[in-house]
Amino acid sequence: MKKEIQLTIDGNTIQVPEGTTILKAAESIGIKIPTICYHDYCTANALCRICVVEIEGSRTLIPSCVAKVSSDMQVKTKSERVIKSRKTILEMLVSSIDLSESPEILNMIDEYEANPSRFPDAERREHAVIDDNPMFIRDYEKCILCWRCVQVCAEDAQYTFAINFSGRGYETQINTFYEKPLPETSCVFCGQCIGVCPTGALKPKREWLLQDGYQPEEIMLLTRTQRKKKTKSSARPSSGGSHE
Amino acid sequence: MPNFNHPDMYQALFSDIKTNTPIKSPVYEKSGEIAAPTPKEIRVVLRNYGKIDPENINEYISQDGYQALLTCLTSYSPEQVIQVITDSGLRGRGGAGFPAGKKWQFTKNSPGEIKFVVCNADEGDPGAFMNRRVLEDDPHAVIEGMVIAAYAIGATQGYVYCRAEYPQAVRRMNIALKQARELGLLGKNIMATGFDFDIEVRMGAGAFVCGEETALMASIEGHRGEPRPRPPFPAVSGLWGKPTNINNVETFANVPQIILKGAEWFASMGTEKSKGTKTFALAGDVNHTGLIEVPLGISLREIVYDVGGGIKNNKGFKAVQTGGPMGGCLPEDYLDTPVDYEALAAAGSIMGSGGMIVMDEDTCMVDIARFFMDFIQDESCGKCTPCRVGTHSMLEILTRICEGKGKDGDIEELEHLSKVTRINSLCGLGQGAPNPVESTLKHFREEYEAHIYEKRCPAKVCRDLVQFSIIEDDCTGCMVCARNCPVEAIEGEKKQPHSIDPEVCIKCGICYNVCLFEAVVRQSE
Repeated sequence: MKKEIQLTIDGNTIQVPEGTTILKAAESIGIKIPTICYHDYCTANALCRICVVEIEGSRTLIPSCVAKVSSDMQVKTKSERVIKSRKTILEMLVSSIDLSESPEILNMIDEYEANPSRFPDAERREHAVIDDNPMFIRDYEKCILCWRCVQVCAEDAQYTFAINFSGRGYETQINTFYEKPLPETSCVFCGQCIGVCPTGALKPKREWLLQDGYQPEEIMLLTRTQRKKKTKSSARPSSGGSHE
Repeated sequence: MPNFNHPDMYQALFSDIKTNTPIKSPVYEKSGEIAAPTPKEIRVVLRNYGKIDPENINEYISQDGYQALLTCLTSYSPEQVIQVITDSGLRGRGGAGFPAGKKWQFTKNSPGEIKFVVCNADEGDPGAFMNRRVLEDDPHAVIEGMVIAAYAIGATQGYVYCRAEYPQAVRRMNIALKQARELGLLGKNIMATGFDFDIEVRMGAGAFVCGEETALMASIEGHRGEPRPRPPFPAVSGLWGKPTNINNVETFANVPQIILKGAEWFASMGTEKSKGTKTFALAGDVNHTGLIEVPLGISLREIVYDVGGGIKNNKGFKAVQTGGPMGGCLPEDYLDTPVDYEALAAAGSIMGSGGMIVMDEDTCMVDIARFFMDFIQDESCGKCTPCRVGTHSMLEILTRICEGKGKDGDIEELEHLSKVTRINSLCGLGQGAPNPVESTLKHFREEYEAHIYEKRCPAKVCRDLVQFSIIEDDCTGCMVCARNCPVEAIEGEKKQPHSIDPEVCIKCGICYNVCLFEAVVRQSE
């Protein structure tokens, strides 16, 4: 039996078992803290910083997805500092990344009244769609670097270690080793990374082609090379980006 | 390895080496190349600098080297060693200033059979080379400090994480490790006392963020050098999940001296909360740049004027940046700030690992903020959003201001982004990133306003806001400027006044620098 810890969240004093994260403790009394990179079945890394909360006496805001509860902690999940920070972080994300297929984040932007054009001159992440295998495409313009795909590919699930990070700072992105096409890596096409991707940056090939305007029977008929030729000759109205 | 079976035999060996190793005079007494310490300096960490051959262990031993280790192993219990370090008031020299004794105690108290000692030698601040000097000129002092720490906390393996850009330091460290092993001062059964500890050198691949302790450990483990959230702190779960004690090179180099001369001696230097000495790499516009070691509590004014010899070319002082790229820029009013951890933090800067850049009146503070933000956003690992995007956004705004495209609201936006990046970032890099911006905004706000509202750079540095011209009356027509101009923007006959074509001029400033008659002028109006 684990020791019970008493703490206060937004004025509600509660008891939770030792080792619980602030996020889960808040959830247990119905207080929802927004999350982006957090996933119940992935290792939490506290990197999107949307789940930050204010803890009395702490200089910085604390990411609730990894921070554990401690005795007599005074947590505020909606203080002014917290709200402002979340809003700015959302503005940072939307100014640099294509979030058009991330409904959860778009909802958050509405909820926090974040201004999508706060940084109008910001450099946007630009990347051509990578279409290097028959199973799924990678559209890193939509990637928010939540790490979930890398983690399920590694110790969180599959242990294949096919993808990792390249570049640093603003240039950081998910990549294969030496930027090799996926079929030349250790990738086993298990599809777990697609399952955890929150923004549509990873997408099954068929879904992508359907969105691109192809009919199911067309997709069955076309080989990859033919499809390429076809895209070139007939400009389709809603092109999903350049192929490779 | 000598066939010694009792620590006393080591004592005899040390005495023997001491009598047989001739005492040399320091290099700076023989050659003018290395400056002797100024009266305000005290050399503790750098005591052997220029004095001993770092590739000869006997010369280190002749300077009471490894005596502290022998004392610890034979007469002190681990608790007593930690007590001495705690009493001395030694604080982490990497910059944060966490009490070293406390850190050792935490690591010692953490349950676990296997513990590690790591030396952070990933000195990445531009223009800083304090740790490099210690590693290159006195590697044994670091080794001795690490072995003492290992004995105190019960560690069996140590790592020196040194950046690959210091090949000489890595080479000398490896030589020192080999010599220490041969004498039985490292490895199995150290000094015949039954204590086992060995050290390996690991090289970093040149990422600034790897100086952050959790990123450094990730790098040693073979992962991408990225920080992780703390807690758990390394003292509880560090390298490969084992309790790990990480200290800076300078912290370890202080340890043998503290053991030998006592905690009271060390605590007699410095201020109430910051004891001992600190090395700084004094750089920028002072007459004597270079490595200095001063007692803590000395004022910035003494460092700039007494140790550094004042500002170059009799120019006026503008600001001093302490603590490397993430430090704040302090103006003249703050020159009497004592150099200790708390006072610098209160002034809006940091102690840092020892970078200190002095700037004269010709420095544009907006340009300085832009420069450091460029460095930081480049070195950000890209893991957390505020640091990855926030520093980039701040750089975009600062660049815009320097280019004369600043707009109303930019200052407020910078303040807001600084705040968000500071309180939300994952590690010290992002949390410290806004320091140069915030401190310059606080102390030199009028310069930002001049850039934004008057499109003018008061220091005449920002290229897009400066015009070059030639004063006809002062020009002798010597043609030096015209010959040096890379774009042939300067016209004029020999012995006739020259003129600059503003359409062609790329504002490189070469003509301004080469003119012998001060006829070329910069204007920003």
